[in-house]
Amino acid sequence: MTATISTRPPAPERLGAPVLVDDLRIAYRRGRRDLTEVVHGVSFEIAAGSTVALVGQSGSGKSTIAHALAGLLPDNGVIVGGRALVQGRDIAGLGGRAWRSLHGDVIGFVPQDPLSSLDPLERVGKQIGQTLAIHKTVPRSEVRARVHQLLDQVGIKDPAQRSKAYPHELSGGQLQRVLIAIAIAARPSILVADEPTSALDVTVQKRILDLIGQLGEDLGLATLLITHDLSLAQERSDELVVLNHGEVKDYGPATRVVERPSDPYTSKLLGDAPVNNPDKYARLLAAHDVTAEPAITVRDVTKLFGTRGDAGAVLALDDVSLTVRRGTTHALVGESGSGKTTLARIIAGITPYDAGEIRVGDRVLPHHPAPVNRHADQLQLVYQNPLAAVDPRYPVARIIEEPLLLRGSQGRSSRRAAVRELLDRVALPQDVLTRRARELSGGQRQRVAIARALVLAPDVLVLDEPTSALDVSVQAQIIDLLLELQRDQGLTYLFITHDLSLVRQISDRVSVLRHGRLVEQGRTRELFARPKNPYTRRLLEAVPGIAQTRREAVA
Amino acid sequence: MTFVNPAPTVDVPVGSQRLRRLGAVLRSISVADWLAFAVLAFLAVALVAPGLLASQDPLEPNASAILAPPSSEHLLGTDYLGRDEWSRIIHGTLRTFLGSTIAVVVGLGVGTALGLLAAYFTGIADTVISRLVDVLLSIPGLLLAMVIVVSFGFGAFNAAFAVGVASVAVFTRLMRSEVLTVKGLPFVEASHHLGGGTRYVLRRHIFPNSYGAVLSLTALQFGLAILWVSALSFLGYGAPPPDPEWGLLISEGRDYVVSSPWLVFGPGLFITGSVLAFSRVGQFVKERLSS
Repeated sequence: MTATISTRPPAPERLGAPVLVDDLRIAYRRGRRDLTEVVHGVSFEIAAGSTVALVGQSGSGKSTIAHALAGLLPDNGVIVGGRALVQGRDIAGLGGRAWRSLHGDVIGFVPQDPLSSLDPLERVGKQIGQTLAIHKTVPRSEVRARVHQLLDQVGIKDPAQRSKAYPHELSGGQLQRVLIAIAIAARPSILVADEPTSALDVTVQKRILDLIGQLGEDLGLATLLITHDLSLAQERSDELVVLNHGEVKDYGPATRVVERPSDPYTSKLLGDAPVNNPDKYARLLAAHDVTAEPAITVRDVTKLFGTRGDAGAVLALDDVSLTVRRGTTHALVGESGSGKTTLARIIAGITPYDAGEIRVGDRVLPHHPAPVNRHADQLQLVYQNPLAAVDPRYPVARIIEEPLLLRGSQGRSSRRAAVRELLDRVALPQDVLTRRARELSGGQRQRVAIARALVLAPDVLVLDEPTSALDVSVQAQIIDLLLELQRDQGLTYLFITHDLSLVRQISDRVSVLRHGRLVEQGRTRELFARPKNPYTRRLLEAVPGIAQTRREAVA
Repeated sequence: MTFVNPAPTVDVPVGSQRLRRLGAVLRSISVADWLAFAVLAFLAVALVAPGLLASQDPLEPNASAILAPPSSEHLLGTDYLGRDEWSRIIHGTLRTFLGSTIAVVVGLGVGTALGLLAAYFTGIADTVISRLVDVLLSIPGLLLAMVIVVSFGFGAFNAAFAVGVASVAVFTRLMRSEVLTVKGLPFVEASHHLGGGTRYVLRRHIFPNSYGAVLSLTALQFGLAILWVSALSFLGYGAPPPDPEWGLLISEGRDYVVSSPWLVFGPGLFITGSVLAFSRVGQFVKERLSS
């Protein structure tokens, strides 16, 4: 990254910049006449060789702007005002034919979800080759060589072999590399990356962002990076544009925006991100008794998917032991495929396990759990996706009431009263009672799920990535709520997550899983300050923005 | 990345929201759908109060008007005994629909239950039921219905029952696949985790979430049942004369198809119209339930 560009003040007059967006307004057509404006006068520019990040939460309009610049707005999306110049050409009102000369040749686009962006029935090499053929970048005889060269350039080892692979044979990180190869195949001067790593693990994310940065530097690309992660944006870009509800809240050199935000919204976004605020709950955590009696004891638990000795068998958990003490928060971290969700489900009594022993309170869990959970009032699981975890046909009142109904102990009116009280406790208004889950916002849905889990007053909650689908501000609210509930009711949490900065903020102890094996565990503070295992260290280093606050903590 | 409306319609009162939704629904109904609904409404009147639509007695012979062509007095002419064809069709609606209803109730009831059992309990139950369904599906439905009605004896009820049995397989298949989908959803697992027993989860979560598609099949199948029940009557396996039944009416009119084609076209038009109307409404229900 060149630092000289980032200090230059924004000057919309200069037409030389590859991308210049000036007072851009975009609306979506709903129905015949109804135009809803979602981007209200956004201006920024991207110089050659520099990276600008658009940062905002869902609904901020960041993806709309990215799609407009890449000519990928849906049919009902219209530019209703301002200018968006791509190498001096105004893209407003460009037709399909005009766009074809820009796609690929001028603008490369890296989509969000690598798995659904490639044709599952075509070899990846062929898909890259198609891009080359369309743009006639190289003569037909050299297509194969160029495909291999591109794959090599995006860091895929053994390109000749890998180019024959089908998308399902590659990992998420490799697929994203293939998509980057497609994006740069026709040698564009502008790269638009729409949340290129939000579907990837943190260590993979780091490598992909390294690659995008390196390519930008080598090829002199003007890069537009879309992200919801302010720390990531700061690390990876020269200039930041902070968006909220389609308006620019902050715009300037990355370090300036983060260190001296000019708008309260930016400050709030920074404060809500766990990475910038590791000691937010220090006082609450200090009150936890880390020597209390164990609420969950896991000893030498092994879980095998498939039959032993089978080629397809996967050892999901291998001799895992951990202890969660009453009234504390124990974080279970790991990348996808590490077995953390499997362990959560075993402890919740949903998935059977093969060997070892699990105690919840005084009760030893059977290896093959009964189909009906008779201990719902002891331990509850909170799912990652609350929308999927509640019956879409029922209103909120019925959803929260269900556990009470199933226990069948109380009368109708006392059940109603219990539901209302719980609604207050999770800070939801009473009028949500008659609504269905899909009529609620993401944060409200998770509150409903938490209310349902708490209605039987269990001591232990197993939280399976409860905030991973939420915006950072909403996540902060849910975490606030969870810690408040813990303080008031002395709840024990087993918190499954891949977000290490969140772990540092809220947990007393942490266990790191990798490929089903426990690589390290200990007090959160110590483990973050002095990780012993190289894998833990690598995991920590990959978290955007965490290095800085870690250094401060150690000092 | 999807664009989420930042301000969900929270403060609109529920009542006016419902009204607006109803308005939008009404506006989105196409002409074909309206036509289908109109046909069904007409048939409903014919079922409940046939006297309103046809004033003449469907069973009263009239020697002075044998095989009379359509006129203002006899809308669709008369048959070989001088009975008014229009009255016979209108009054025959009840008998035809009764047969179809029995058929659909048998098919829907048995099929739904079998599908639910097969998909929920899997294992041996699923294997036995699924193979049985495969066997049933391998025999053409009408042929199967004929075999059943021949072995049980002729008659209106037996014919309807036979048609019902012949359609069990379709319902079972659909219900099974729907339940299999719903069963794997997280909220079903969550309900078990909350302490829900097998019967509770089946009744409260799995069944209500899977019968939508089955319901729309019911409308389609009802149309088909009309056709099959009429076919069995036409072949003489169903309702005995002189009761008016659409299939029987066609069968009786067949002998005079050259001289008095209205005796075939009249009831034929009713069969076609009602089958089309039911299938259209079935589609409509399916689209609305899935959106």
